Amino acid sequence: MRYSGWKVITEGLLGNTGWGRAWRDPAPKAEYDAIVIGGGGHGLATAYYLAKNHGLTNIAVLEKGYLGSGNIGRNTTIVRANYFLPGNSEFYSHSLKLWEKLEGELNYNVMHSQRGHIILFHSDGQRDAAVRRGNAIVNQGDDAELLSVAQLKDMLPYLDYNQTRFPIYGGLIQRRAGTARHDAVAWGYARAADKLGVDLIQNCEVTGIDTVDGKVIGVQTTRGAIRAKKVGMVVAGRSSQVAAMAGMRLPIESHVLQAFVTEGLKPVIDHVVSYGMGHFYISQSDKGGLVFGGDIDMYSSYASRGNLPMVEHVMEAGMTLMPMLARARVLRSWGGIMDMTPDGSPIIDKTHIDGLFIDAGWNYGGFKAAPASGWCMAHLMATGQSHEVARRFRLDRFRTGHVMDEEGTGSQHNLH
Amino acid sequence: MRLTCPLCGTRDRREFYYSGSEDYLNRPAEGAPIEAWDDMLHLRTNPAGVTKDLWYHETGCGSWLLVTRNTITHAVLATELVAARKGGAA
Repeated sequence: MRYSGWKVITEGLLGNTGWGRAWRDPAPKAEYDAIVIGGGGHGLATAYYLAKNHGLTNIAVLEKGYLGSGNIGRNTTIVRANYFLPGNSEFYSHSLKLWEKLEGELNYNVMHSQRGHIILFHSDGQRDAAVRRGNAIVNQGDDAELLSVAQLKDMLPYLDYNQTRFPIYGGLIQRRAGTARHDAVAWGYARAADKLGVDLIQNCEVTGIDTVDGKVIGVQTTRGAIRAKKVGMVVAGRSSQVAAMAGMRLPIESHVLQAFVTEGLKPVIDHVVSYGMGHFYISQSDKGGLVFGGDIDMYSSYASRGNLPMVEHVMEAGMTLMPMLARARVLRSWGGIMDMTPDGSPIIDKTHIDGLFIDAGWNYGGFKAAPASGWCMAHLMATGQSHEVARRFRLDRFRTGHVMDEEGTGSQHNLH
Repeated sequence: MRLTCPLCGTRDRREFYYSGSEDYLNRPAEGAPIEAWDDMLHLRTNPAGVTKDLWYHETGCGSWLLVTRNTITHAVLATELVAARKGGAA
């Protein structure tokens, strides 16, 4: 079924009786051409592009819980391409271009809103860094624009510009950046992949990876053994556990990142705004809730819930920047498990086992990357070659010294 | 979360700086192959369950602690001074 405005009208008249399932619920077959472990944003995107770009339709996505039950439904929904380093810059640029065509391509409303993302700066040094970053983004072919305090005051009148410690010196805006409805991204990819014949198998936990003579031959699951000559591990925060089944030890430590949402308010924040002197970023959802987050809790955790000191820190940073937040009531907070690498950049690569691939290490920037991550992982699994824009996301780059430390904070997993 | 420093007693988590896994204590010998350094600095078992990691009592006594805790429940199971371990400080 094709979704359209006309369909909404006719279904409205017919009592919404004709929508049907968005995707099938198939039982696993004994064998597939390829298996993607993980039914989150990246896994579903990988399956979709394997089918769409490479004609591989006899494939399955194996998901431990339900589709989109992980970080794809637990994030602050920011989509941007304002990275600096070669390797990251072209990759996120590619991703943003995919975002811009995503809804038409998937025939699904992911509520992609290019409302602009503003990074504030609070010192001369930060301004220099913002100018440099902006130039790098423009050289990459994307948009970046420096905003003066006067321009900012016009756009964001609610900020506290004269904070005693961190007065606002200006901002760097990327107008094509914005937000998207996170769950809808998973659902859109799932529905589109299913339509191309991909089996989306839920409640199917992978319990083992079978290899013979250094080649992968399939996986063991809670729903029986499934054979495949190509297997992709796309499991974000659980990457270490899944890779351990193949005897691998990854350069990843899992950490919790918290996010928060307030009660629904009238439109008040029109952009995505990031604070340059505290780890704080905020936007307003279409439903009216203020969605905001901060830094990870800083110690390794799989708890999917955070600790209070970081809650306090995020609220302090928010209040410093936007005193008006004091009147908003926080409805809920949640935590997602982030696969942190020692340089803050991801991994899309082969492994030491023939036919086994890995897509991991998204730190806490995985949401905006989902389309390009799926695109590049599908390219790697189908052709055996790294995609041009993901060629630096090597698994062995820490050993060889080709690290991509975007923030320049050093080789410690929790510092990115 | 609260950690029990062997010297200062039970203290708020905010007094401590988290460094990372106990792997940092297994420093390779001089002349060890690059894989050994990669193993210590980057590769992690990253268990979902009981783990051991290094914390620095930054705003307390300045000791390095080896903390045994559960990454799923956040329960702290044991703390010891790195300096008091066999072989001494890292």
